[in-house]
Amino acid sequence: MTDPLIDVRDLEKSFGGITATDHVSLALRRGEIHAVIGPNGAGKTTLINQLSGELRPDSGSILLAGSDITHHRVAARARAGLARSFQITSIFLDFTVLDNVALAVQATLPHSFRFWRDVRKDERLRGPARAVLQRLGLAGRGDTPAAELSHGEQRQLELAMALATNPRVLLLDEPMAGMGPEESRQIIALLGSLKTDYAILLVEHDMSAVFALADLITVLVEGRVLACGPAEEIRANEEVKRAYLGEEELSPVRKAGNGHH
Amino acid sequence: MFLLTLFTRIVILAIAAVSLNFILGYGGMISLGHAVYLGIGGYTVGILAHHGINSGFVQWPIALGLSALFALVTGALSLRTRGVYFLMITLSFAQMVYFLTVGLDKYGGDDGLTIYKRSTFAGLVDLSDKVAFYYVCFAILLACVLIVWRMSQSHFGVVIRAAKSNDRRMQALGISTYRYRLAAYVIAGTMCGLAGVLLANHTDFINPEMLSWTRSGDLIIMVLLGGLGTVIGPVGGTVAYLVLEEALSGITEHWQIVLGPFLVLMALYRRGGIAGLLSWSRRD
Repeated sequence: MTDPLIDVRDLEKSFGGITATDHVSLALRRGEIHAVIGPNGAGKTTLINQLSGELRPDSGSILLAGSDITHHRVAARARAGLARSFQITSIFLDFTVLDNVALAVQATLPHSFRFWRDVRKDERLRGPARAVLQRLGLAGRGDTPAAELSHGEQRQLELAMALATNPRVLLLDEPMAGMGPEESRQIIALLGSLKTDYAILLVEHDMSAVFALADLITVLVEGRVLACGPAEEIRANEEVKRAYLGEEELSPVRKAGNGHH
Repeated sequence: MFLLTLFTRIVILAIAAVSLNFILGYGGMISLGHAVYLGIGGYTVGILAHHGINSGFVQWPIALGLSALFALVTGALSLRTRGVYFLMITLSFAQMVYFLTVGLDKYGGDDGLTIYKRSTFAGLVDLSDKVAFYYVCFAILLACVLIVWRMSQSHFGVVIRAAKSNDRRMQALGISTYRYRLAAYVIAGTMCGLAGVLLANHTDFINPEMLSWTRSGDLIIMVLLGGLGTVIGPVGGTVAYLVLEEALSGITEHWQIVLGPFLVLMALYRRGGIAGLLSWSRRD
């Protein structure tokens, strides 16, 4: 087994009296989609925020490719190859779609202290940005102001910006939230094709997407890892069923899962 | 001659408004202390002239250097805050300098200081010639507009604009915006310091009023009137503000009673200011 790109060890975080992350350990490897599921309030977004650096854990450590990044700031982690998408779409609404992605590419430059040339004529940014839009199926929307995109397209742009920073690790916080079935299918296909190049952490409520994509699943309940293992093992886990999945949610999942096998 | 004096004043304050617009309109940094740079520029010229140092080659670089230094130090602290806190901190720093100038008895204190000789440039240009001085100011304004326009579309400018609307995303992309915002703050402060240098030469006089917080407020109004974050907007805003002041103050000293409601209406309905009005009417 390859060394993990992200190695989370014994992470702990509490807010006041509430433990949001309770001794969580998990690993992300290149070529794997590791899904984190759990009921609302289980601490999924809190976990992502600690990985991305917006929140500092109370204890525990986070290693990126073997080096400790637990105390690195958000931007430093992003530069080290950690990209995230936000649960609530976080794009630059007054920029065009292409300008949004080009800005993400610009983030990979050593610095942005260039004061005179028109940034929109910099092909080092435009070229890679167009390539990412092509991959996301937004190629025709480059000149559209981001504010005029449909919700689903904005979610795609959110993902495009994460990809455009040329990361090694993708932290995806509900990338399919609010998407229609067709758009969801596109994103599932895209994530499936992406995973060979990245280590992906996927937080998602859509169980059919999770079971279609995930190599490993970690189940969080009240901040604690209830179970962690391959998708089939999690699906069969009685404790998980009782605590989280529930019969009414499992049945459609079975159908969707059966379609794949 | 009266019009030339008015136009020169408009051009100089337009430079200040253009500089404020760069951080306020593009960068979202609402500084309520921007007039402090008028004061730093102006007092540098005035104090040096008082001591017989009239060469612009000495006065101007020192004035710009002090403005940049003040912006660097206060900006480094202020930019750790946002919104209303940023506004209060910039105001506080400006007030500190304001009271410093009030206390400068050696240089006139409250009463100010007359400048008997304008900056000299070894015979290259005579600033006491009012027409020549006007052209110098106008050329500097054009240069400032050009610089802000180019910057706003550069790699640097796009970072400044993006940090205004969504700093959290910028961090997540891997861009620490602090140093870019600080650089923008220093550039704007230096540019406004230059306006202060010109203003002192224009009025041949400096006093603490130059950098009072109401002057900072005037600059914000000029920028808002003209249209936030547009290249030429602040120039139009300055023209509108000063012409309105000139026209209405002839009728009543309470001319701002007219301006006030006008600003409220614009804040409510036409955020784009004059530039917004123009593009809006074009679209129809």
